Amino acid sequence: MFKIIEKKFLSENVAKLVIEAPYIAKSRRAGHFIILRIDKNGERIPLTISDADVEKGTISLIVQRVGVSSHKLCAMNAGDFILDVVGPLGKATHIANVGTVLCAGGGVGVAPLFPIVQAMKLAGNRVITIIAARNKDLVILENEMAEYSDELIVMTDDGSKGTKGLVTQGMEEVILREKIHQAIVIGPAVMMKFAALTTKKYDIHTLASLNTIMVDGTGMCGACRVSVGGKTEFVCVDGPEFDAHKVNFDEMLSRLGAYKDKESENYEAYVKSCEAISLN
Amino acid sequence: MEEELNEEYYKAERKTEWRDKLRKEIKAKERTDIGRVRMPEADPDVRNKSNLEVNKGLTLEMAIAESHRCLDCAVPTCIVGCPVGTNIPKFIKYLEAGDILGAAEVLKENNSLPAICGRVCPQEIQCEAQCFYVKKLSKEGAAIGHLERFVADYAREHGEATIPALAEPNGIKMAVIGSGPAGLTVAGELAKFGYDVTVFEALHDLGGVLKYGIPEFRLPKSIVDYEINTIKNMGVKFITNFIVGKTASIADLKEEGYVAFFIASGAGLPNFMNIPGENYSGIQSANEFLTRVNLMGGGNKDFDTPVHTGKNVVIIGGGNTAMDSVRTAKRMGAERAIIMYRRTMEEMPARAEEIKHAIEEGIEFINLASPIEYFADERGKVNKMRVQKMELGEPDASGRRRPVVIEGSEYDIDVDSVVIAVGVSPNPIIQQSMPELEITKWNTIKVDGNMMTSIPGLFAGGDIVRGGATVILAMGDGRKAAAGMHSYVQADVFANI
Repeated sequence: MFKIIEKKFLSENVAKLVIEAPYIAKSRRAGHFIILRIDKNGERIPLTISDADVEKGTISLIVQRVGVSSHKLCAMNAGDFILDVVGPLGKATHIANVGTVLCAGGGVGVAPLFPIVQAMKLAGNRVITIIAARNKDLVILENEMAEYSDELIVMTDDGSKGTKGLVTQGMEEVILREKIHQAIVIGPAVMMKFAALTTKKYDIHTLASLNTIMVDGTGMCGACRVSVGGKTEFVCVDGPEFDAHKVNFDEMLSRLGAYKDKESENYEAYVKSCEAISLN
Repeated sequence: MEEELNEEYYKAERKTEWRDKLRKEIKAKERTDIGRVRMPEADPDVRNKSNLEVNKGLTLEMAIAESHRCLDCAVPTCIVGCPVGTNIPKFIKYLEAGDILGAAEVLKENNSLPAICGRVCPQEIQCEAQCFYVKKLSKEGAAIGHLERFVADYAREHGEATIPALAEPNGIKMAVIGSGPAGLTVAGELAKFGYDVTVFEALHDLGGVLKYGIPEFRLPKSIVDYEINTIKNMGVKFITNFIVGKTASIADLKEEGYVAFFIASGAGLPNFMNIPGENYSGIQSANEFLTRVNLMGGGNKDFDTPVHTGKNVVIIGGGNTAMDSVRTAKRMGAERAIIMYRRTMEEMPARAEEIKHAIEEGIEFINLASPIEYFADERGKVNKMRVQKMELGEPDASGRRRPVVIEGSEYDIDVDSVVIAVGVSPNPIIQQSMPELEITKWNTIKVDGNMMTSIPGLFAGGDIVRGGATVILAMGDGRKAAAGMHSYVQADVFANI
């Protein structure tokens, strides 16, 4: 059982949870993720560790409400317990002083990007960060990112905050302006696909952190497999970060939708059950 | 096989008065005239729609009758066939004498999981293959597996939950990594020696492949939990959600006072065939399919985990995992649940019993065939597979005749989902976390005769060493490793006095 120490909403559908997990807090590095199961009938879902406090023995997770499990998670509060949390999983981000690093995060992908920005800055890089969201209410971790970035660019689709436009436009502007030695992109698969195409044009080495469906997270099942440079890789043990120019994002997108029908069915049933409870 | 037969010991035991007397009560000729007992089974048309255990277990009368068949041989070759060296004639004779709890204690001497072994061991190629009936009389061997199961089940249902004799606790901390059959065996054995044992499990539930892999209809989970509970009652501690090499390293655990380690992290990496379209959704490894159903409750409306099934489900492979998968698919409502195997029924590596049960349950077999490509709908979900026919050619290194492609024989099959059951590779996590650990070219961990790895104090066994074998071989490794760990630690203790 893992206790929730703190919980707050960062935006309408995005919550931050601070969870007691001392071993994970101590072992985690930028790029690592965990898998959790809320209760005994729950599914195992992967979530990136957005921050950790070794002294307090806590890790932070940022969750966006999309399906049954993320709704249940967002409905939990400080003092509640999550049944299972395991990690840290995956390979840590390779952090080195490479010069200027462009970090681009879209939507809730900004959360897993934060520890990388932090580590890249501490390693001595010039860090330019772009955080993008549909509108101003969905912009998260702005202050945290600003603290560790030499330059922070906020972009929204509707222009309600920062620059109006897509993340790729912001990236291209930076790339045309100055020499970028490495790029890191995290966000929805579609965003990563186009961000990768953008940096490919300029031949900039780019990493993407993939958020595929997983079960065990230890290499046992292969649910998370992706094609990278024509070779099948497991995101859980070979990733989650891969050379973005080699990832087959179209295949990844279709695999992410593998259980869509069942998930919508579960979600509708869940919403109904919540309504029934509130009516009582 | 693994254990040397200690003939003097078995002979002395055989000469005890009660066994002498029991042996003479029925003439050998009369014993050999008794036909082998038949395991009662659930009706195929009922069981293939439920999780009912297929083998129902022997009745007391059936078990006693079968115990009469055992000749209590002067040289009990059956024991040589058992990877953990179970004293087979001794337990069967206790049973024949009516002391079933006594028989259960004999089983527990060498085997901490008899109710499991009685169900999932391939006895027909182990103990029963070495039986006098098979070797000298060309008759069916004594039904050792069925009797083992009977005795273990009887003890569970009727006996006090007893635990084996334990040495005084010595306070020395030992770590076991993985709670599958190898890990559980080591934990039980080390507890008997008096060690302070902790088992670290990566998943949220204990039992490893016994839980996520083997389906309920072949091995009820309550039985696995009962056996794990017995080990808990022996003082062994279990920590779930803990991945050694990730959550904490072996070096971290050494700092916490653990002096020796047993790695039993299993063959957790599924093999794929690397053919076009294999990453379409709806195509999954047997590990994924079985884990979703067995461990996560997939297919049960009360659980959140989804799973791919459908009307037409094809399982690629011919091993026990393929049989478990295809029979699970059938139970989840597949109209056509198909095994596709590149050789013939004769070469199929699955146990004969599993194949027989599968046939009875309406499983289709497409033999001498292999997929070469998959096709999908506009959403990327598999809907068709292209298959190539094969024929058998010359024997390969394994002695089995090699499947050879028949050119121009391709044809298509409509599918809703596909399960790939073509073997597994060792889990890479421990190896990745310890680059100094010596491994083989197959990524299995190298061990010596005592199951010790290239790093002193670090032992390994089961599928992480073997690459993909059986429950009982993993348990055999566990017994050997526990003895190895015991002598390692004792030598170390004396060296430091």
